[in-house]
Amino acid sequence: MIDLIAIENHLPALQVVIPLLLAPVAILVSLPFLSWLVALFGSLFCLYASVSLFFQVSEFGKINYFMGGWLPPYGIEYVIDEASSFMIVLISLMGVFATIFAYQSLKKEINKKSQSKVYGMWLLALGGLLGLVTTGDAFNLFVFLEISSLSSVTLVALGSKKDKRALTAAFNYLLIGAVGATFYVIGVGLLYSVTGTLNIADLTIKISELTANNSVKAGISFIIIGLMVKAAIFPLHIWLPSAYTFAPSAVAVLLTATATKAALYVLARILFTLLFNADDFTVIILQWVLLPASIVAIFFGTIRAIFEKDIKKLLAFSSLSQIGYITIGLTLGTASGIMASFIHIANHSMMKAALFMGIGAISIQLKKSINVDDLKGLSKSMPVTSISLTVVILSLLGIPLTIGFISKVYLLKAVFSHGNWPILFIIVLTSFLALGYAWQLIENIWMKQPVDTALTINDDPKIYIPLVVLAVFNILFGIYAYPIVNSAFNASAAIFWKAL
Amino acid sequence: MISSTNFIYLALLPPLLAPIFIFIFKNNQNLRDSVGLIGSLISFYATINITNDLMNGGSPTLYLFNIFSDLSLSFKVTPLGAVFGLLCSGLWILAAIYSIGYMRGNNEKNQTRFYIFYSLSIFGALCVAWSSNLLVLFIFYEFLTFATYPLVVHKETDESIKASRLYLGILVGSSLMLFLPAIIWVWYSVGTLNFADGGILNNTFDPVYAPILLSLFVFGIGKAALMPLHWWLPAAMVAPTPVSALLHAVAVVKAGVFSILMVICYIFGPEFMNSSGSGKFLIWASTITLFLSSVIAIRKNDIKARLAYSTVSQLSYIILGGAIATNYSLIASVSNIMMHGVGKITLFFCAGAIYVSTKITKITDLNGIGHKMPLTFIAFSIGALSIIGIPPLGGSWSKFYLLLGAAQSELTIIIIILAISTLLNTYYLLDPVFRAFFMDKNENVKTVNHPLTVYPALCSAFLVILLFFYIDPLLQLVNLIIY
Repeated sequence: MIDLIAIENHLPALQVVIPLLLAPVAILVSLPFLSWLVALFGSLFCLYASVSLFFQVSEFGKINYFMGGWLPPYGIEYVIDEASSFMIVLISLMGVFATIFAYQSLKKEINKKSQSKVYGMWLLALGGLLGLVTTGDAFNLFVFLEISSLSSVTLVALGSKKDKRALTAAFNYLLIGAVGATFYVIGVGLLYSVTGTLNIADLTIKISELTANNSVKAGISFIIIGLMVKAAIFPLHIWLPSAYTFAPSAVAVLLTATATKAALYVLARILFTLLFNADDFTVIILQWVLLPASIVAIFFGTIRAIFEKDIKKLLAFSSLSQIGYITIGLTLGTASGIMASFIHIANHSMMKAALFMGIGAISIQLKKSINVDDLKGLSKSMPVTSISLTVVILSLLGIPLTIGFISKVYLLKAVFSHGNWPILFIIVLTSFLALGYAWQLIENIWMKQPVDTALTINDDPKIYIPLVVLAVFNILFGIYAYPIVNSAFNASAAIFWKAL
Repeated sequence: MISSTNFIYLALLPPLLAPIFIFIFKNNQNLRDSVGLIGSLISFYATINITNDLMNGGSPTLYLFNIFSDLSLSFKVTPLGAVFGLLCSGLWILAAIYSIGYMRGNNEKNQTRFYIFYSLSIFGALCVAWSSNLLVLFIFYEFLTFATYPLVVHKETDESIKASRLYLGILVGSSLMLFLPAIIWVWYSVGTLNFADGGILNNTFDPVYAPILLSLFVFGIGKAALMPLHWWLPAAMVAPTPVSALLHAVAVVKAGVFSILMVICYIFGPEFMNSSGSGKFLIWASTITLFLSSVIAIRKNDIKARLAYSTVSQLSYIILGGAIATNYSLIASVSNIMMHGVGKITLFFCAGAIYVSTKITKITDLNGIGHKMPLTFIAFSIGALSIIGIPPLGGSWSKFYLLLGAAQSELTIIIIILAISTLLNTYYLLDPVFRAFFMDKNENVKTVNHPLTVYPALCSAFLVILLFFYIDPLLQLVNLIIY
C-alpha cells in the first residue's frame, strides 16, 4: 500500500519530479495516444498537487520543504507560500487545458513520430516551470530556467513539421534565451562571491547588510536582465512573436499561458524579496528601467498589433503589451500594484490561452497560418468557436463582466493610489487603442461575408471544448471575481510584506 | 403578496431570458416575435409595482453578491431610476409591437439576432436604471453599448460597419478614458461608490478638483451626447428605425443623461454641486450643445438625422437642468427624461412608418404625403408639439420647470438662448408636418399600409397628451429625490 500521508508531505517535490520523470516515459512509449495519456496524467497530477498545496498553505501557512532532508543554506529548499502556490495552481491548471487541447491539434499538425517527442518536452517544460516558481535556491532556479527554456525551444522547433520558419524562430529563441540564462547565472555567481550563499532567503538577509556593495548591484542587475529576457519585457522580447507564431498551436497555448508568466513571477519575487532592502537601487530599477520599458512595450505592442495581419503574431504583440501592464503594476512598488499584477497574470493567461486555442482551431482546419481576412464569415461556419472567441476578445479589451475588466479596475486603482497620473492616462489610452486590433477580428467574424475556403471548415467539438470552458471562465470570474482577487491579494501580501 | 425584491427579478428576468426563447422559436416567426411582447408586458407590470412600492415609502432592493470586497452587484430603485425604468419598460411594449410591423414590412434579414439583442439592450437599460452603485452602473452602461452594437451594424453594409465603428469608438473610448478613471477617483478618495441621498463627496472630496471630476463624468458618459461627443448619435441612425426609436431616442441616450443625473444627485449631491461651483462649466457646455445642435438640425434633410440632432439638443436640456441643480431644474430634467422619451419615440415611430410605407427618407420628399397617411402625421404633430413644449402636451411641463429653474438661478442669458432654441425647434420639427399637409402632392409616391407601424405611434401620441394631465405621480416621484 502506498502511504498517502507520506505523499502529502512530499507534494512540493513530487509536483516537480513526477512530470520530469514522466517525460522520458512519454517519449519511449512512442504511440501518440499513449504519450498523450502520460502527459495528461502528469499534468493532472500537478494540478492535484498544486491545488492541495494551495489549500494547505491557505490553512496552515507557508511550507518550507527541504530536498533530501538537507537543511538550508546548504541544502536546496522549496518554498510554497501564498504567492508561489497561486502560481503553481495557475500553471498546472493551464497545463491541463493545454494538454487536453494538444491531442487533437497535434494530431492534425505534426506527424505521428514527432508527437511523442512533443509530449516528452511538454512534461519537461511543465515540470521546469513548476520548479521555477517553487524553488528557494538561486542556483536551482537557474537549472529550472534552463530546463523550461530548452524544452520550450524544442517545442517551438517541432513546429517545423508544419512551417519551416519554426526553425529560425526556435534558433532565435535559443540564442536569446541562452544569453538571458547566462546573464542570470553570472548574476548569481557575483552574489555568491560576496555572500557565500545561494539560498534566496539567506541571500536576502546577507544582501541587506551590503547595500552599498557594487558586486551586489552588478549581480542583481545581471539577474534582472536575465529574467527580463525570459519574461519577454521590451526590448528583450524579440524572440517572442515568431516563437508563438510558428510553434504548433498547442505549444503556443502552453507557452503564452505559463512560460512568460512564471518568469514574471520570478522577476517579481527577486525584485521584492532580494532587492527591496537596497532601497535607492530598487527605485532606480523600478522607475528608470522597468517603468520606461513597460510603457514602451505597451505602446509598441499595441501599435504593432494594429498593423499586423497574421493573427498569431497579432496576438503575440498583444501579449507584449499585456506583459507591459503586468510590469507596470510591479513598478508601482506597492502591495496593491503587485496585487494588480498577479490578477492580470492569471487573467491574461486565461485570455491568451483561449485566443491561441481558437485561432489554432481555425488554422488547423485551414492548414495554414491565418490572416485577419481568413476570419471572414467565421460565425457561419464555426459558430461555437466564434462565440467563444468573441467573449475572450471582449475580455482582452477589458469590457465589464469579463476578467479583463477586473484586471483593469485593480490596475487603475493601484495607479490611482500611487498618484501617478501620466501612467493612468497611458493605461486608459492604450486600452482604448487595443480596440484597433481587437475589433477588426470581431467585425470579420460576424459582419463580413465568408471567403470560399471558409465554407469548408466547421466546428470540431474535440477541439473546442477547452476553449469553451476557458471562455466561460472569462465570464464567470469576471462576474464572481472573489477567488482570483482574494488569492492575488494573499499572494501580493506574501511577497510585499515579507519584503518590508 | 410578492415582495418588491421579487418584482425586481420579475422586471429584469424577462428581457434577460427572452433571447433564449427567441432563439428556440427562431423558425416560427409568430411565436418568436411575440416573446418580446410578452416579456415587455411582464416587465412593465413589475416595474409599476416597484414604483408603487417606492411611492409608498418602501425601498426596493435586490442584492446578488459582492463583486469586490466592498462593492456588491445589487440593485436599488431610486426615484430617478423608477422614472427611467418606467419609461424603458413601458415604451418597450409599444416598440415590441412596432418592430414586428417594421421588420416584417421591410423584410429585414437576421431578425432573430435583432430581437435577441433588442431584448438584451432593454435588460442593460433597466440594470443601469436600478443600479445601486457607480460600478454596477458602469458595468451595465458598457453592456448596453455592446448589446446595441449588433443592432447598429444590423445591415452589415460597409456604411453601417463604418458608422458602428464610430459608435463604438466614441462610446467605449469616452467611457474607458474618462468615465472609468472618474469612478476610480471617487472610489479611491471616498472609499465607496454607493449612491446615497445627498451625495457622497460632501465632506471628503476637495472642492477645488470637483469641476475636473464632474467634467470627467459628463464627457466620459458619451451616451449623453454632449458636444463634441455627439457624433455617434447621428451615425447610429443607420440602424433599423425600431432601434433608433427605442434605443437611440429612449434607452441608450437616456441611460447617458440618467447616469449624469445620478452622478449629480447621488454622488455629488445638489448641495455640493452648488457649493463647489462645479456645475458652472456644465451649464455653458450644455447650453452651447442645445443651441448648436438645433442649428444643425435645421440643415438636415434626412428625417432621422434631423431627429437625431433634435435628440442631442433635448438631451442637453436635461443636462442643463442637472447642472443648474435647483429643485425646479431637477424636476425639469427628470420630467424631460420621460416627456422627451415619449415624444421622440412617437416621432421615430412615424419616421419608420413613413419609410415602410413609402421608402421616403428625405424631408423634401414629404410634400403632400399627409393626406395619404393622416394618422401618422397627426401623431407626428403631437410628438413634435410636445417636444417644442406647447400645452396641453407633456413636454410643456419640463420646459416650464426648466425656465423656472433658470429664472430662480438668475441665468438671464440662458433663458434667452432657450427661447431662441425653442423657436428653432418649432421650425425644424413642424417643417415636415407643414410639407405633408399643405404642400402640393407628389403623385409618384405609392403607399402600402402597415397598421402595426402606425398604431404604436398613435398610442405614444396619446400618451403624450395623457402625461400633461397626469403629471402628479411623476412630480411625487421627483419630490422624493429633492425631499
